[in-house]
Amino acid sequence: MSPEGAEGGAAVIVIGAGVTGLSAGWWLARDGHDVLVIEAGAIGWAASGRNGGGCSHHHSPLFLEEQSLWPMLDELLGYPTEFRPNRIRIALDERQFRLYRRALENGARQGFRTDVLDPKQIRELVPFAGEAYGGYFYHFGGHANPHRTVQAYAWALQDHGGRILQHTPVLGFDTRANRVAGVRTPGGAFACDHLVIAAGPATGALAAQLGVSVPLMSARAEMIVTEPLQLMGTGGVDGNGLYGRQTLRGNLAYGGGPHEWVELQDMGARAHCTVLQASISRRLCELLPKAGHARVIRSWAGFVENTPDGRPVIDRPASLENLTVATLSSVGFGLSPAAGRAVRDLVVSGSCGFADLSTLGLARFAGLEPGWRALQGWLPAAAGGE
Amino acid sequence: MIPPGSRPHAPDPASVIGKAPPIGEATDLLVIGAGPAGVSAALAAAGRGVQVTLVDENPVPLSAMGEEVPLHFGGRMGATVANRNAMLETVLEANPQLAEAVDGGVDVRLGTAAWGLFPRRPTTNWIGGHVVGLVDAQRAYLLGFKQVIVACGRRDMGLAFEGWERPGVMGASAAYRLAKTYGALDARTAVLLGGGTEALQIADALSEQGVRIAAVIEQAEAIGGPAKLLARLTGKGARVLTGHVIQQAIGDSRGLSAVGVVAVDEHGRRTGQRLESIECDTVLLGVGAVPAIELIEAGGCAVGFQPQRGGHVPLLDGSQRTSLPYVYAAGDCAGIWPSKTLCETVARREGALAARAALEALGVPGAGAPEVAPVPDGPPRDVALERLAWVRASILQAPGDPQVCQCEEVTCADILSLRPPRYLGRPQAPGARDLRGLAALGELAPHPDAVKRLTRAGMGSCQGRRCREQIAALLALAADRPLADVSLATYRPPVRPLRLDQLAGLPESPAMAQHWDSWFGMPTQWVPFWRVPASYTVATRSTEGPEAGE
Ligand SMILES: Cc1cc2nc3c(=O)[nH]c(=O)nc-3n(C[C@H](O)[C@H](O)[C@H](O)COP(=O)(O)OP(=O)(O)OC[C@H]3O[C@@H](n4cnc5c(N)ncnc54)[C@H](O)[C@@H]3O)c2cc1C
Repeated sequence: MSPEGAEGGAAVIVIGAGVTGLSAGWWLARDGHDVLVIEAGAIGWAASGRNGGGCSHHHSPLFLEEQSLWPMLDELLGYPTEFRPNRIRIALDERQFRLYRRALENGARQGFRTDVLDPKQIRELVPFAGEAYGGYFYHFGGHANPHRTVQAYAWALQDHGGRILQHTPVLGFDTRANRVAGVRTPGGAFACDHLVIAAGPATGALAAQLGVSVPLMSARAEMIVTEPLQLMGTGGVDGNGLYGRQTLRGNLAYGGGPHEWVELQDMGARAHCTVLQASISRRLCELLPKAGHARVIRSWAGFVENTPDGRPVIDRPASLENLTVATLSSVGFGLSPAAGRAVRDLVVSGSCGFADLSTLGLARFAGLEPGWRALQGWLPAAAGGE
Repeated sequence: MIPPGSRPHAPDPASVIGKAPPIGEATDLLVIGAGPAGVSAALAAAGRGVQVTLVDENPVPLSAMGEEVPLHFGGRMGATVANRNAMLETVLEANPQLAEAVDGGVDVRLGTAAWGLFPRRPTTNWIGGHVVGLVDAQRAYLLGFKQVIVACGRRDMGLAFEGWERPGVMGASAAYRLAKTYGALDARTAVLLGGGTEALQIADALSEQGVRIAAVIEQAEAIGGPAKLLARLTGKGARVLTGHVIQQAIGDSRGLSAVGVVAVDEHGRRTGQRLESIECDTVLLGVGAVPAIELIEAGGCAVGFQPQRGGHVPLLDGSQRTSLPYVYAAGDCAGIWPSKTLCETVARREGALAARAALEALGVPGAGAPEVAPVPDGPPRDVALERLAWVRASILQAPGDPQVCQCEEVTCADILSLRPPRYLGRPQAPGARDLRGLAALGELAPHPDAVKRLTRAGMGSCQGRRCREQIAALLALAADRPLADVSLATYRPPVRPLRLDQLAGLPESPAMAQHWDSWFGMPTQWVPFWRVPASYTVATRSTEGPEAGE
């Protein structure tokens, strides 16, 4: 095996082969740019391969693009993502019903339809459901298979001549005046004309080396998966405080509930699951009581990044001429087709051609308190709690 | 860290802090598995002033057995296994030391499976201490512990050939469990696949119980196990076919009636066209005894591939201690080698050694002079080469395309060509990649987890117990790398399939229900972009509406 792309550099280097970096790399390669994605581990091994697969971010400026790209993504990439449109959300009480109405309102404002469901309609649409308070059928959003999507981006990127270097952590940078000249790895240095940092939880630490402040903290989140069951008509069914889906194979894959804040240096290679899986199971049994007999056969956990306000950063920091940072603040899977396209636009022309990214800029944090993590209580159990 | 002088702030109410479930019970020393190693550990620790709890999953519920959990039972359970009370008695009778442990003050819990070890560590720090997830016939529950000795034994490596999904094809250890622990093996005439020590020993024990061993089939040119054991089998009429593999299991949906065997050369290639048929109702898969490390690995102990110990095993110090200082391994799950298999004392010594180290950690001074942990002895043996040879001969060189992962119906060719699963209608996209396109630079062979994600091989309800060693060997062969270069596919809790409504029954703290969000619970995250303020500070952030929880 010859080390693909091990020599020289590339016009654009992307750090991180999660969905953000891979999508950005694919959009760039598709336009004929010479792209090298450098990944510390294996592609999609972090949050991008361990998430709920949900694609409904109606609060985001990238929502319209997210919604228009997903239905054609298989065709654009040339590989299956298992995307399925629409989402049913079940409320078991009035509070949930009110909460889930927010998607209706945000969707309506942007031209999307939602049907309000009564308990009888829910029973008809969702064979495993029980007695619900009410619910919604959103004619937007949907879900895809994260594993297949990550691989589809990677293969599509390579089909367009892009390169991916795995198991190669970026350790440092070479700068010249106010430009990034290249990155340093244990496998050597790579020069670039433009650098994209899309390194998930590590984005803040990497940007800091370049004097750019991207405030981030990371947390551990968990999901469970059952054995395959008979397919419900619509797989994208969640609610009762859970997110998730029935996979096309029939497994129920759900997550939700509290997260655990963790320090970057403690993260290590693997996110472990805890007994939170029992609390997730409890709520899944309430949501889909007729699936209570299904056996849980696996669980997984992932480390996921968050900015202080929980909203993505997609920006070109002013202090450097050729740097773009992209971190999706825990909602990056669904937004990835749009986020990658936005990164491409920023790299190529300095501004996004299809959406207003002003709310995703770093400028909003100019007045952020240095002790924001402690102030928000975003500390690991040992440091903050108990 | 909170900077000195600053006021500590309330923890994030949407985080796990303060939401730990009530742990109803706790013990000082937990021992998981009541085989020779586990019982010895429990007995060694009993009466020393610490609380000792010994759990064992036998008798396993019939429903689990039907799903080939925890062993590949192949539908050969006798009718009596359905009677749980009778089985409890049988299990007790089969293991007289259990009564001794009870008398010695050990809290013995039979029919109790451990489905997850949840150690406290910096990234999973919200529960007060280390806990184990247990399940019995009534309920799933949590038990706190200070030290744990895992003595979970072994399972059998699966090996695919045409028809291996038929009832009657089963693991050798599964047959032994049914015969010895349950007195309920429904088999009359068996063919043993594999001639290693572990396989011959089991066949000998079964033949003592009246199972006729019709033949011993071994792909290698010679039988690896002890000649004495082999002679006892041939003395009772067993044929020995070295340089052979099973090509086909013949029968109907009720089970097996015969196997077709074929001669192979040292590359696993068929040397004759002719299939020889051997009548039997059972095939004992004895090609490899695999240390049962799922709890240990999923719990986060470091493991490594050690061919002289039978494959992936926890990395241990001289007192059976894993990389997590409060977790020990003893018996087969700490390593399998011939002299250990032939003499129970080795596993017992490991158990006692682990118990002594655990007692010392609990503040009880050690008994007697320190002993050194047993290590593999005897002629060096390479399970990696054995596994590769079996998979090459039985699967890669088979005329058909055997199904390697039975749960998800994934064949050898599906794995090698990374074919998407059946439910996608198996599209073969232009330029689709095979395994070579998957292995990454710096990775010597494709990662089984990556292959699993794309093909679903190993993703099914038996939790990969029957296919994971075969898949690893296939990936090594495809990459032309040693087996040791293939990473271990990860294990995840629950390591026993567990009903949703059982898991759901675990107690929860009221705080959990009081503040449960589906995602980070940050109001600002869900403010639609057309209402987002231009700047963000903690002091000015909105913590009120819109309600979080999206
Ligand atoms: C349990 C769970 C459920 C989720 N559910 C959803 C959902 O339903 N919908 C949704 O939209 N989002 C969901 N998310 C969030 C989503 O998964 C993430 O926001 C998204 O995957 C982030 O992608 P990324 O590419 O930005 O970062 P990551 O996936 O974290 O990828 C970053 C990559 O950068 C690499 N890297 C880091 N440092 C370096 C370095 N120095 N050199 C080289 N490489 C480096 C890492 O190894 C990693 O592969 C969920 C997350 C979790 C954990």
